[in-house]
Amino acid sequence: MLDPDLIGRTFTGDKSVKVSQESITKFAAVIGEPNLDCAPPTFAISISLDQSQKLLQDSGLDWTRVVHGEQKFEILRPIVAGDDLLCSSTIETHRVVAGNEIVSVRSDLHSGSDLVVSTWSTLVVRA
Amino acid sequence: MTLTLGQELAPKSYSINRALLKQYADASGDQNPIHQDESFAKSVGLADVIAHGMFTMALAGKYLSELAGSGSVKEFSAKFIKPVVVPAGVDVELVVSGKVLELEGGLAKIELTAMCGQVKVLGMAKGVIKLS
Repeated sequence: MLDPDLIGRTFTGDKSVKVSQESITKFAAVIGEPNLDCAPPTFAISISLDQSQKLLQDSGLDWTRVVHGEQKFEILRPIVAGDDLLCSSTIETHRVVAGNEIVSVRSDLHSGSDLVVSTWSTLVVRA
Repeated sequence: MTLTLGQELAPKSYSINRALLKQYADASGDQNPIHQDESFAKSVGLADVIAHGMFTMALAGKYLSELAGSGSVKEFSAKFIKPVVVPAGVDVELVVSGKVLELEGGLAKIELTAMCGQVKVLGMAKGVIKLS
């Protein structure tokens, strides 16, 4: 069960992630997009999911029982190769429905001082 | 492409198979075995290997991007309401279609429908694109 003291807290990574053209090309290739000049709209998940899991690994959430319920992106500008993205994650809401924990985590990806993408993941921890 | 309010956008079909799930796992970093390992998937009560919800969403995102060009998507959200079951040796067809819900200030809000056969797999799927 999530530690209730963590709701509303923001955790910021200590290391940024450098986006390579190769990582964009690899992601785009899976959906059949050749030679994109910027990352596809959902590319941010390849950074935010891993980063938010690291940031929240001691939160009490049982990651082995997590199911992805919902996802939202706000893209201020597309991610491009060369971006150096720092992730900060906030547990916005937490509720328990029929024993399942439903947690909404917001992750902001900044490149320098610019906010590039905000993503919200709703995760369901199955009872 | 010129969009009009209420317009129904032509459906497009995308194939999902086991090889693509492995490729998506490697590209996204999501190596959860329920998306690759049939015996593991069955051991946790699933019918078979299921696609990453985010892979389905990535394909719907491609549909959205193609309406106004790469880099045009400003917002995109969806619920994962039913799993996309991917048996071995099969190409599962995901059919994505859209409808123009709002047109304002150079932005279009699009409602997306993503179906596998008769099963709706994404719920409340919507995107906002910047029209060029």
